Amino acid sequence: MKLPSETTNVILCGVGGQGILLAGRILAVAALEAGLDVKKAEVHGMAQRGGSVITHVRFGERVFSPLIASHQAHFMLAFEPLEALRYLDFMSPDGTIFINQQKILPQPVRVGKMAYPTGIVSKCKKRVHRLIAINATHNAESIGDPRVANLIFLGMLSRFLGFPESIWQKAIQACIPSTKQEINIRAFQFGRDFLMRRLSIPEKEIRGTYIITS
Amino acid sequence: MKALLSGNEAIARGAYEAGVIFASAYPGTPSTEILEAIAHYDEIQAQWAPNEKVALETAAGASLAGGRALVAMKHVGLNVAADPLFSLVYMGCPGGLVIVSADDPGMHSSQNEQDNRWYARAAKLPMLEPSDSQEARIFTKLAFEISEKYNTPVLLRITTRIAHSSSVVTLEPRAEHPIPPYQKNSEHHVLLPVHARKIHPEIEARLQRLSRDAVMQKCTTILRGNSDVGIITAGVAFHYACEVFPEASFFKLGMTHPMPVDWLFEFALSVRNIFVIEELDPFLEEQIRALGIEVTGKDRFPVVGELNPDRVRQGLYGPETEKKEHSHEPVSDEIPPRPPVFCPGCPHAGMFWALKKLRFRVTGDIGCYTLGALPPLAAMDSCLNMGASIGMAEGMERVLKDSRHPVAAVIGDSTFIHSGITGLIDLVYNGSHAVVVILDNGTTAMTGHQPHPGTGRTLKGHSTHKLDIEQLCRALGVPHVEIVNPYHLDDVIQALKRAKSAGELSVIISRAPCILLEKRRLGAPLVIDMNLCKACNVCLQLGCPAIERVGQQYRIDPAFCVGCGLCARGCQLRAIVSSDDMMIMN
Repeated sequence: MKLPSETTNVILCGVGGQGILLAGRILAVAALEAGLDVKKAEVHGMAQRGGSVITHVRFGERVFSPLIASHQAHFMLAFEPLEALRYLDFMSPDGTIFINQQKILPQPVRVGKMAYPTGIVSKCKKRVHRLIAINATHNAESIGDPRVANLIFLGMLSRFLGFPESIWQKAIQACIPSTKQEINIRAFQFGRDFLMRRLSIPEKEIRGTYIITS
Repeated sequence: MKALLSGNEAIARGAYEAGVIFASAYPGTPSTEILEAIAHYDEIQAQWAPNEKVALETAAGASLAGGRALVAMKHVGLNVAADPLFSLVYMGCPGGLVIVSADDPGMHSSQNEQDNRWYARAAKLPMLEPSDSQEARIFTKLAFEISEKYNTPVLLRITTRIAHSSSVVTLEPRAEHPIPPYQKNSEHHVLLPVHARKIHPEIEARLQRLSRDAVMQKCTTILRGNSDVGIITAGVAFHYACEVFPEASFFKLGMTHPMPVDWLFEFALSVRNIFVIEELDPFLEEQIRALGIEVTGKDRFPVVGELNPDRVRQGLYGPETEKKEHSHEPVSDEIPPRPPVFCPGCPHAGMFWALKKLRFRVTGDIGCYTLGALPPLAAMDSCLNMGASIGMAEGMERVLKDSRHPVAAVIGDSTFIHSGITGLIDLVYNGSHAVVVILDNGTTAMTGHQPHPGTGRTLKGHSTHKLDIEQLCRALGVPHVEIVNPYHLDDVIQALKRAKSAGELSVIISRAPCILLEKRRLGAPLVIDMNLCKACNVCLQLGCPAIERVGQQYRIDPAFCVGCGLCARGCQLRAIVSSDDMMIMN
């Protein structure tokens, strides 16, 4: 059997309730609209009750496993810093991590039994080529709803994937009810323009770590 | 036309295309979305059953009458439906009947890791195992063809990774399946011993015939590659193996019972080393070894847990390959776990807090409320299977006889209807003095808020008779039944005290809707007045994710708090107040 040419692997992780499943779905539908083979893996049920959530999305000429192997992820959208650390082993050394800096304390930390790890961004940046940390929750609040942080992330990611913008529009329209589309499209556009606006260099030339505080 | 569908949605699509007219299930992760997706098709009568046994029995009736029928359940659901299953293989199903079993390797949302492929062998029915969504759709249709041709139910066995992974599916139109005139055939459909004795040899013969049927060609994928390494596999493990060792020769089974024995022999002769890669038990491996074929299997690939590309790679190449390539320091030992927790404002939390305060021994059950077993509440002694809490409470109470630690069963409304009612009849009949707490949040919460007979709504959204749990308990003969609002902690404690000292069986119905269904705040967010707080830690014991402690400081996150007020009622120092009141005071 012929090995498929390059497959793109994206990890989306965070805490149940952050819109990770929806973001994964939009990304996968966009890949399908772009004419690619695509697989997406996630888990429902018990874990969604405020637990750690991870979605794997893979697309390319032909995709076999729905799960990404260790050190094979090209992109990680981490909706919560601790979850970036938890799934760091998935990252390829030439990968890109997007981190939302808004913490959500897990139960052992909330009750004072364990400490929330420090220096997450520096631990993560040692492992990857490119890391961008933003406060997506605050940015989403400024757009009008903290829940659209997921679309800000997708907007940023979109700059690195090369799908035409019309495909993203289609995917968002296919996955989000019409009453919620306007704010989600605004959040996506915000994310899509964010890096160029803040860093003033084209995305492909971004190397190293960028912490964008507001 | 192409679509991105989960395995569950693809099975629903396959059922639609196959002309299914009846489908039933009881919700259970990872199978739940199958019926939810089928319910969107107007052509199919889709319904929730009170449990999996009833679901299978209704489908058996639909199929006996000549209609194509599908039932879906999680792996442990098939244990509940096992009684009709084994005999239905004898009775047959003239209209065609497919049973979907969704297993959960890795126990993402289950109490055990059983491998339901053994059911196919034990009950002697054919089994298909798709490896992605496209196959899930195609195999569902094939399963109906086989079911009808051989007059047997067919097991469609999937796993969490098939159910909840999405991939590209080609859609085909529905083929209506005309219902033949009904024919009474009591020699085949009334399983008296005299009839069943004649049927058993037919079952053995049809499995033999099926293993050489032309349908095997549609189920089996043979890929000729390297003649040194041959991989025999099925289900999602096929894709992991393709990823890891694309140059190997592959024999992928779609039908894993009965197996295409002749082709397996041919394949075995064409390759030097054979690996059997399968999730969970050595189901294929043992049968292949029994044919006299030498294989490597569970000595290299784990029996326990879910497979993934990394575990398959380690099995094929040895554990060291990975380490050499990536020798950075591990990050895993310092990461706090993030276990699932009760939602902020969950009505169950107060009941567990009270049960713990009154030192009850608590037999638990299956649902969101099983989280009451985890710290800080840690208010549950057992959780076995659906409905087990009630019978176990009686058994524990008979043995313990300890008035300082009374025994209470805790069970949700949907679980009570699923299989708690017969247990409660036993407690009444045998004169138990246990306390049974029914946590009635008006939905099947854990699996995503499916309606059940106590909600007065059907899967298709129609209104129907609403089962009255209180009246049911009284009709069963429970001497002491009362209803409490779980947010009123004092009332809960008084009710538990009354039940404890009643000297007879008590049922307490703890009734408040699931907070996720409310979709609104119950009040203004609460705040902790640090002038009054003595850091006693009682509020944290409620397990509410909105309350956190930073050093000696306690705070309530206003973004998470839904204003249920439970913590304020639990605080003896009255240090927790509504943010509205706090503003007035200031």
